[in-house]
Amino acid sequence: MSHTPGRRRWLQRVGAALGLALGLCACTREPASVLNFWAMGREGEVVAQLMPEFERRHPGIRVKVQQLPWTSAHEKLLTAFAGDALPDLAQLGNTWVPEMVALRALEPLDARVKGSVAVARADYFSGIWDTNVVDGTSYGVPWYVDTRLLFYRRDLLAQAGFDAPPTTWDEWRAMMRAISKLAPGQRAIVLPLNEFEPLLALALQQPDELLRDGGRRGNFASAGFQRALAFYAEMFEQGWAPLQSETQIGNVWQEVGRGTFVFYISGPWNIQEFKTRLPAEQQSAWMTAPMPGPDGPGVSTAGGSSLVLFRASKQKDAAWKLIEFLSEPAQQLRFRELTGDLPPRRASWAAPSLRDDVHARAFRDQLERVKPSPAVPEWERIVNEMQHVAARSVSRNVAPEVAAREIDARVDGFLEKRRWMLDRAAKATP
Amino acid sequence: MKTQLAAWSFVAPALSVIGLFFVGPVLASLALSLTDFDLYALADLDNLRFVGLANYAHVLQLPLFWKALGNTAYFVIIGVPLSIAVSLGCALLLNSKLARFKGFYRTALFAPVVTTVVAVAVIWRYLFHERYGLVNATLGGIGLPTPDWLGNPVWAMPTIILFAVWKNFGYNMIIFIAALQAIPEDLYEAARIDGAGRWAQIRHISLPMLGPTLLMVSVLTMAGYFQLFAEPYVMTQGGPLQSTVSVLYLMYDEGFKWWNLGSASAIAFVLFVLMAVCTQGLLWLSRRRGAQA
Repeated sequence: MSHTPGRRRWLQRVGAALGLALGLCACTREPASVLNFWAMGREGEVVAQLMPEFERRHPGIRVKVQQLPWTSAHEKLLTAFAGDALPDLAQLGNTWVPEMVALRALEPLDARVKGSVAVARADYFSGIWDTNVVDGTSYGVPWYVDTRLLFYRRDLLAQAGFDAPPTTWDEWRAMMRAISKLAPGQRAIVLPLNEFEPLLALALQQPDELLRDGGRRGNFASAGFQRALAFYAEMFEQGWAPLQSETQIGNVWQEVGRGTFVFYISGPWNIQEFKTRLPAEQQSAWMTAPMPGPDGPGVSTAGGSSLVLFRASKQKDAAWKLIEFLSEPAQQLRFRELTGDLPPRRASWAAPSLRDDVHARAFRDQLERVKPSPAVPEWERIVNEMQHVAARSVSRNVAPEVAAREIDARVDGFLEKRRWMLDRAAKATP
Repeated sequence: MKTQLAAWSFVAPALSVIGLFFVGPVLASLALSLTDFDLYALADLDNLRFVGLANYAHVLQLPLFWKALGNTAYFVIIGVPLSIAVSLGCALLLNSKLARFKGFYRTALFAPVVTTVVAVAVIWRYLFHERYGLVNATLGGIGLPTPDWLGNPVWAMPTIILFAVWKNFGYNMIIFIAALQAIPEDLYEAARIDGAGRWAQIRHISLPMLGPTLLMVSVLTMAGYFQLFAEPYVMTQGGPLQSTVSVLYLMYDEGFKWWNLGSASAIAFVLFVLMAVCTQGLLWLSRRRGAQA
């Protein structure tokens, strides 16, 4: 019992300290609202550097950036949705938008976009903007873009007798044929078997949609997709492309430097990679070019990330201010300097630092010709299956029409639930 | 009655933990496997359908499931005996009276067990790289063919088996060493007096005396090898051409990549039944042998 007075005094002191602390908090100006912002990978690392400027302009708002690794981001978002722990806003890979819309987790943005000066929809490349549109409603604002086009070795192409990159499939074919004759074993192009983007780009160049009946069934047996798949397979059959996946190729940059192949279909991050990984004397030897199409410059994929608002957020107005801030051309240019990511709107591309970048120029051109993938939540699985069947059929010389039917059969299986839901909804509202 | 109550109250904490963390989840996932729980159901439970055994039927009709099962069987049938043989061989060597630096070798051979699968798998990926790997540099140096170990559908699984055996044999080795040390020395002495050579001693004394240990090690190793996942996840991502997709890998893809928790649970239960059957088979086999002897 003898220790009781001591303990009581101690408790009193703690109480006083707490009271003081609470009092101090109350003396500061209005409590700042804290925005939770989830961003992924490299973008998540550097976006925090843009925040001081935002917080200076909006003293009432503080931003907490949470960085997610790409590999687990998808899982984290879904678990957070299930556990009602989503942030106020997030960066979202644009192929995930339909999925989050299906979960009804995203806030429709059309009204906010209409009233916004900073987010000027007409200034965005339309193919990129459309990746955020599901059933006519926009759910995201493009943040940076990712499209695939040709990286190529200028010197080797010249050696084969061509002084400009191809714009049509026929020109491309002729070049690959000539390149493969330069030396025994010389490859013309690398198409890693585990990457779906090259085949997807060829498929998007066709007039046929990849899914039919409003995303109820696969449309891979269409003449268009078969044409794309046949061309893809031809590059392997002719020996222009090696039958390898990315892990087998190992260091793609080194192989491009060695001239193992001349064409490589890849995305914007590789501009920086080639600049740092190839030796100085080879820097003038590589260049980028827009995707060739069946008969003239072709379309390519519309990848990248968007900024989205979550429906459950209680601070949507503040979060929208952050989206507007990150959409300003000045901020997009700073962001590009930090990450190498390409901005999604034309005003940002008008800046000299981008306009005069010879390697980025092809991307600027390509961005006017990008086409979104079908906006169904199952898309990622569908496109993976497409690539898987395609890879197997080129390894085993399966005819394109057989492979295309196989893809359709599998895709129809994935879409069974979607068909059931759409039919049920159609019955409910006659 | 009173003693019964006391007994129950003593086991209650343990039972409730088992119930909460084992029985409950198992029953829940059994229920899940009878529905088509997916992303749409996560959004709105109205989208959940009770599908009965359709998930099981779907899984059993899936070509990839049979491929994965074949890959897993390949891994188990080659990997388990190989792993046990290596463990036993090392244990016999380390238990020999001629062995020097026993402590050092025991530690060295056990070391792979305590390493992290992911970290060493990354190193193995480098070792077995087609062009820049140490293995192919050595093979090429002595004029042998240098296959693309992890990139070739034929070689990927053997490479993973080799990795798993290297990673796991130390654990069983320690168990075998303990069991060998428990065999009374006079049995060997008597055998030697009867003129038994080294090999005869192993065959007629060490192995029979190791019987129960061998059975336990086989059951545990088999159960572990059926759950092949981390190795292909890190080293090949199931490729090339799905030649290293295991049943568990397929379940992970279905459940956490595509969020079809219904069919993922069905796969888990199929694997569970399969493992139970194999374990029972092994026990039955050993009982029959025991009865014969």
